Amino acid sequence: MLDFELRTIMPEIVILTTACLVLMVDVFMRVRQHNLPYRLTQIGLLFAAVLTFKSFGLGTEIILSGAFISDDLSHLLKLFIYLTTFVVLIYSHAYIRVRQILWGEYYCLTLFAVLGMMLLVSAQNILTLYLGLELLSLSLYAMVAMRRDSQMASEAAMKYFVMGALASGMLLYGFSLLYGITGTLDISTMAQVIASTPITDQLVLIFGLVFVVVGLAFKLGAAPFHMWIPDVYQGAPTSVVAFLSTAPKVAAFGMAIRLLVQALPALHPQWIDLLIVLAVLSIAIGNVVAIAQANIKRMLAYSTISHVGFLLLGLLAGNAAGYSAALFYVLTYSIMSLGAFGMVILLSKQGFEAENIDDFKGLNARSPWLAFIMLLLMFSLAGVPPTVGFYAKLAVIEAVLAVDHLVLALIAVFFAIIGAFYYLRVVKVMYFEAPEDASPITVSGGSRFAISLNGLAVLVLGIFPGALLAVCLAVLA
Amino acid sequence: MPGVYLTIVLAPLIAAIVIGLLGHIIGRTASHWLAILGVGLACVLSFWVFKYHVIDGAPIYDAPLYIWGEVAGITFQVGFLVDTLTALMIMVVTFVSLMVHIYTVGYMQGDPGYQRFFCYIALFTFSMLMLVMSNNFLQLFFGWEAVGVVSYLLIGFWFKKDTAVFANLKAFIVNRVGDFGFILGLAAILAYCGSFTYSEVFANVPALADSGMTLPIAGVEWSVITVICILLFIGAMGKSAQVPLHVWLPDSMEGPTPISALIHAATMVTAGVFMVARMSPIFEYSDMALNFVIIIGGVTALFMGLVGIVQNDIKRIIAYSTLSQLGYMMVAVGISAYAAGIFHLFTHAFFKALLFLGAGSVIIAMHHDQDIRNMGNLRKYMPITYVCMLIGSLALIGFPFFSGYYSKDAIIEAAHASTAWAAPFGYWTVLLGVLVTSLYTFRLLFVVFHGKERMRDELRRDLREPRAVVWVPLILLAIPSAIVGGFFIGPMLFDSHTILGQSLFVLPKNDVLFQLAPHYHGAIEFAIHGLTGLPFWFGVAGIVITWLFYVRYPAVPAKIQSHMKWIYHVLINKYGFDEFNQAVFARGGRGLGYALWQFGDVKIIDGALVNGSAHFVGRCALILRRLQSGYLYHYALMMLLGLLVFLLWFTLLR
Repeated sequence: MLDFELRTIMPEIVILTTACLVLMVDVFMRVRQHNLPYRLTQIGLLFAAVLTFKSFGLGTEIILSGAFISDDLSHLLKLFIYLTTFVVLIYSHAYIRVRQILWGEYYCLTLFAVLGMMLLVSAQNILTLYLGLELLSLSLYAMVAMRRDSQMASEAAMKYFVMGALASGMLLYGFSLLYGITGTLDISTMAQVIASTPITDQLVLIFGLVFVVVGLAFKLGAAPFHMWIPDVYQGAPTSVVAFLSTAPKVAAFGMAIRLLVQALPALHPQWIDLLIVLAVLSIAIGNVVAIAQANIKRMLAYSTISHVGFLLLGLLAGNAAGYSAALFYVLTYSIMSLGAFGMVILLSKQGFEAENIDDFKGLNARSPWLAFIMLLLMFSLAGVPPTVGFYAKLAVIEAVLAVDHLVLALIAVFFAIIGAFYYLRVVKVMYFEAPEDASPITVSGGSRFAISLNGLAVLVLGIFPGALLAVCLAVLA
Repeated sequence: MPGVYLTIVLAPLIAAIVIGLLGHIIGRTASHWLAILGVGLACVLSFWVFKYHVIDGAPIYDAPLYIWGEVAGITFQVGFLVDTLTALMIMVVTFVSLMVHIYTVGYMQGDPGYQRFFCYIALFTFSMLMLVMSNNFLQLFFGWEAVGVVSYLLIGFWFKKDTAVFANLKAFIVNRVGDFGFILGLAAILAYCGSFTYSEVFANVPALADSGMTLPIAGVEWSVITVICILLFIGAMGKSAQVPLHVWLPDSMEGPTPISALIHAATMVTAGVFMVARMSPIFEYSDMALNFVIIIGGVTALFMGLVGIVQNDIKRIIAYSTLSQLGYMMVAVGISAYAAGIFHLFTHAFFKALLFLGAGSVIIAMHHDQDIRNMGNLRKYMPITYVCMLIGSLALIGFPFFSGYYSKDAIIEAAHASTAWAAPFGYWTVLLGVLVTSLYTFRLLFVVFHGKERMRDELRRDLREPRAVVWVPLILLAIPSAIVGGFFIGPMLFDSHTILGQSLFVLPKNDVLFQLAPHYHGAIEFAIHGLTGLPFWFGVAGIVITWLFYVRYPAVPAKIQSHMKWIYHVLINKYGFDEFNQAVFARGGRGLGYALWQFGDVKIIDGALVNGSAHFVGRCALILRRLQSGYLYHYALMMLLGLLVFLLWFTLLR
């Protein structure tokens, strides 16, 4: 008999079952154009979301011999993982079909990636954590390579895989060092052991910490471990990038909380320095290099790097306010990024990818509503009030100021101003330049509705950020 | 009760909003009815509030209605302080405003901006009510600025006229100079009292009385209270048009006449006097500031009156008279006779509105010719206007039994009795001011309504009394102008419990009105006593002189003008304030602006900083972009290097 209630891991079971089901359907359904895998996937995600939502506030439970934790933090992160995946799939549906990308595999891999992320954010044991991470990564490698006929995609997948393997190796090496010192894989036990470790053993611990942080930085995409991001974002199909840049970032945040805050709190003075370097480099490189990009996916790739820098700022504040600011940042970032990539997907047609900033020229003349939504998203990414991007940045900078890192806050603001340039350039191009292709834009009703909600959410959350902020504070309290 | 107070404020606001947004839809008639009803409702309720607070003796209402925000323990709120001073002020404001609203129906008839005008004047009334009903400095500032903005809109109402645009800009800019002082004053209050609420600030003031602060200029130790008071008073100098910030007021005559009446009589310009009276608990602790107020007030009272003598525009003459009368009020508050200042504000509101509206009536009849040299003997054609103007003029010069007499004579008596070191100066300026007032007032009256008819013939045939909406407000204003002083002097100034006693704070050593009270034996006695006093004879002398010069021997003024050229020049150029401001501040400001633009903005900010930094960032981006070579081994190398640097940093350097 099980020593816990099955509902604790029910969402994971649902996702796994759906993934298997999609796989089976794909094998036995001969008609490739069928919508069934898509529908199944969405239903599975919704079902899991309902289950996760219902377990909110039931308290923390640690099950499966201390391998799996179910707490409100994991629930919140999972909900956003479902949500972003769900919306990405709505945007991608037509895109995938038009491009003849393998049908069932795509959804199957997406579901496995989701499952990996769920494990990642619910890990109470570094082995579970690694398992989740690899499940996620392997699915993503395959998804990036999904367009087998595209050279760019293959190159991107290759780079991603090799670099990812390197990073995983480093992470695993770091884990082994930590295990060697503490003799445990359990996250909370590890924290206790390290707190009582004599100073003499600190060096090995720090070695382990550096490896772990480097692995983490790679997964998050923080400079100088960011090199894969622009190439992968540019090469991979846009629908995959939209997925890659949203849900896995949320999961990586969960991983960072589990590893740094929950497993290694005693090494806070050390990892804070590492994070400062990573954050400053990310914000600087991301914002500056994005200016030179003509490809919007590449530009958004660099923008991701800079946003990761902001996220790290919140983490390095090292207190509940900072963590919740970072959580708020990553959640709202996932919404903004979702919308931005969603827009790139929606503007693409058969044989045409709306990948260049020039492709957005005169969007206002072609579709004023979509242009307005894109304007909201760009304002939010740039951090212009009253969109939510402003509050996210404000909360993080407040957290940094609260721990007296004035210079850091100034650097962040400084580069955020530089960063505003390339977001506003998109707005300028949309509104003040003539379209190169004046054909009207055809977007299906569902996608149009989703992107409208997506864009308006950025505005509404910006005007009423209180509720989400309160939730972020509550789950990390 | 808060509901009533709120209605008083909101009724004009709602009227203004509806007319402003929907005026062209609901039409002209509906617009003016809406505005009149809004202000009329406020007026009726104000009378009721006056009865409730002044006659029934209700307790002071002082409470926040809406907390806007709280930062570091400082509350920003909307709140009302309704006591006798407020009750009196809102009564005057809404009554005069109502008269002006009704009058406007006739005056603005046919103007394309009819609805816009009603929107503005209703908004103006709202702003002024917010100002006087406030219980905190923030809302006071809101009203202060709102009045400034709407006056800008109103003075430039005929925005196609260059002179009107110049005048409204001038009014706005000069007021900004005053507001700059005012803001600094508010900042000082916040810094030293830690609150914006009147009651809390006033409670803190006695404790601050002895503390000093060192200003960056001169490094002399200043009393905090003095600094606060003088800064606040600089704001009042802007709004209440005291020398040298008076220059906007005569130019504001470019606006339509109803608005001149509203600005000059009941709103805006009285804001400064009201503010000083409201702040009496602060001003009382700074003798220096009070003396400063006396000097500025005295200078304004006498010298601005003198300029009025040489003006030929009917409205400008009255405008200079406003300046001069504001000077009287300032002298009154400066000698701590706050009640006398407010009393003069109260009576002045009626007769000044009357004079302006009367002038407007003349202007309508003259087909918008405002030059008094083209008028003459109008009493034959416009008897109602003439009688009303005569009553207004007698009130203005302080002729016994008319309302102006009581308030003005009280100020003169109080200045005489005051022990402040600047009081003798104040006394002589206000005393000589009576002669000057009488000269310009009766010059206007005689030239316009008596003597030869100088207008063109075709105009003469048209001359007649305007519509009833124009002359009814005149009569309604003439009544209080004549009698209100006698009724109110006792309760306002000398009775054992004066009306304003609960609102004003006067230190015993400064309380001149209290010292005068034993000599007061009723309004009629006060007036009869006045017949033997110097002010009365100055007033009569003025009438006689003007009668001789402008009715009996009309050739004399020109002779005097040519014999005393330099005095005439000084006066007609208004002491050169305008020229000085144009030459120094306007040209200097523009020169500075040009230099900053060409050198500071174009060269340094745009050239070096903005474009320079953009170029720099762009170049950095291009260089950094090269790091992204696309080679997998470069990326791997980068990662390993990063790892290595971190490891070395932590193992060797720490």
